[in-house]
Amino acid sequence: MKEIYFDNNATTKVDEAVFEEMRPYFTELYGNPSSMHFFGGQVQKKVDESRKRVAALLGASPEEIVFTACGTESDNAAIRSALEVFPEKRHIITTRVEHPAVLTLCRNLAKRGYRVTELNVDGEGRLDLDELRRAIDEDTAIVSIMYANNETGVVFPIEEAGAIVKEKGALFHTDAVQAVGKIPLDMAASTIDMLSLSGHKLHAPKGIGALYLRKGVPFRPFMVGGHQEKNRRAGTEATASIIALGKACELAARHMEDENSRVRGMRDRLELELMRLIPAGRINGGAAERLPNTVSIAFEYVEGEAILLLLSEKGICASSGSACTSGSLEPSHVLRAMGVPFTCAHGSIRFSLSRFNSDAEIDTIIRELPPIIRRLREISPFGREILAQQG
Amino acid sequence: MWDYTDKVKEHFLNPRNVGEIEDADAVGEVGSLACGDALKLFLKLDDNKERIVDARFQTFGCGSAIASSSALTEMIKGKTLDEALAISNQEIADFLGGLPEEKMHCSVMGQEALEVAIAKYRGVALPSHDHDHGEQEGEIVCKCFGLTDGFLRKVIAANKLHTSEQVTHFTKAGGACGGCIPRIKELIAEVMGEQAKEERKKPEKLTNLRKMQLIQDVLEKEVRPQLWADGGDLELIDIAGANVQIAFRKACAGCVSSGYTARFVEQKLRELVADDITVEEVEG
Repeated sequence: MKEIYFDNNATTKVDEAVFEEMRPYFTELYGNPSSMHFFGGQVQKKVDESRKRVAALLGASPEEIVFTACGTESDNAAIRSALEVFPEKRHIITTRVEHPAVLTLCRNLAKRGYRVTELNVDGEGRLDLDELRRAIDEDTAIVSIMYANNETGVVFPIEEAGAIVKEKGALFHTDAVQAVGKIPLDMAASTIDMLSLSGHKLHAPKGIGALYLRKGVPFRPFMVGGHQEKNRRAGTEATASIIALGKACELAARHMEDENSRVRGMRDRLELELMRLIPAGRINGGAAERLPNTVSIAFEYVEGEAILLLLSEKGICASSGSACTSGSLEPSHVLRAMGVPFTCAHGSIRFSLSRFNSDAEIDTIIRELPPIIRRLREISPFGREILAQQG
Repeated sequence: MWDYTDKVKEHFLNPRNVGEIEDADAVGEVGSLACGDALKLFLKLDDNKERIVDARFQTFGCGSAIASSSALTEMIKGKTLDEALAISNQEIADFLGGLPEEKMHCSVMGQEALEVAIAKYRGVALPSHDHDHGEQEGEIVCKCFGLTDGFLRKVIAANKLHTSEQVTHFTKAGGACGGCIPRIKELIAEVMGEQAKEERKKPEKLTNLRKMQLIQDVLEKEVRPQLWADGGDLELIDIAGANVQIAFRKACAGCVSSGYTARFVEQKLRELVADDITVEEVEG
């Protein structure tokens, strides 16, 4: 079965051009960039080029880019570094809707004696910056706020938050894994000190990420052992993957306009049509500013895993904020933080698009999903009145 | 993705007996929207009010919840009420070719709905575990899902559960805030201890084979439940004559008092199997 792939916030297809760019660096140009011979040196040049490409997408300088293994590593490196840089400061601020890469780390640190403030969101998934103003103090070492939420696509006012953080002298980190390539960034004019990104969310392979580290921001490495990445991340460079990430960033810059026009248009049509055709649905975070590619839509009285399995039968790949898909027993922490009513928190489905999606695929979902929801509501003991209304 | 059997998928994609029975003799409802799954079971009995002639269901839940409900209705049709009551949640899972352990609570929900329906029909006290269903007895252990000690004891005993993770997979208890996990561990130790409590006496004479069986039995029923209560465990590695080799697991592995625990195991085995047993802790 050919996949109809709408789960791009989970991972993306490696762009063919990205794959071609990295291909020679396995069996032909396999040298170690640190080596003193010509064979390693030519790889070093290509890694440098890649660093420039990543920096260009962020509006940063190449020396501000540190390659890591993934977004999670970048998040861990940033937060742990800040705590080592300010050993006397014992307070961390983050949000209730962060990715587990940040949230689990902060909760583990709380068990080890750090004071952790998790900022709330409103029913649309938005932050209240006054809450940040009230929470931050001289004891705050780092504030880590995601750029855009992976489940709902809700975008946070990162620059405004950063300005508040700067006033108090704390470091400001953002997990921008979902935002990079979709939202134009300009680190030269930003309040961000550290930013995490991940390759496999923007059509590079899994297993490569980067940390943007503002020049002059003190840093204590998380991985030690070698001099690589100017002593900021030890370990032999994942050369082929780094080269892939560089190419992916170059392509992302080129496609950003397409993401924000054509992809956004497809997403908007998808959600409008689904809301029109399916009663008792709601868009999670629908009133907030969102990423152009993401829609999280909740259907009352049905359960998300059942929806996903029936979509999967039709070749459609999506994801869910429901409990049953993750093995956990509660709906996602993001939907709970937003106070999504429990009648529909279990029935939330996320479609996340990419530039590889087509209008024909959108048509397929618009055709296939309404009967699936109807069928599950017929099996469900609740919500008979919805079916009755529908006639 | 869950590794569902073909039979689970088939019952999910083509569920049998979906719907209501207008003049049902018995109706059982468990779960709720908040819990993430719920099942309403309808039974129609024959003229003698003994045998189930029709069973239908409505389920809100994941794929395996719908499949388990479908399986349940197929299994109970044609059975007497007592025969139906004898069906365990494990048998529902077996009917489907097995369920992932994390999804066993779906089979428990089916079995529970059946019990509720029949108890209500007979006018006897509800075996209810769910706060949505009125009167209940016992202490609420899991506040998030409203589960009582009585219900948890029953599921622990019936399925021989020995870790709190298993209890979560079978009942959901402890799966949300996790606050009741220590109490669940106590319940496991109590229940599994009770099961082992049939009077044991050291036998006079033992064949080698019998001795090995008995050692295994004592470890399973007398020793491991006590370790589970503290989050520990052990594994029997080998038995060579009177020398029993064990390896500690979970909290016991690397625990500073594991030497003391090994002596406790030895004492138990000497008491209940044979005087000459020695216990040795090995890597493995």
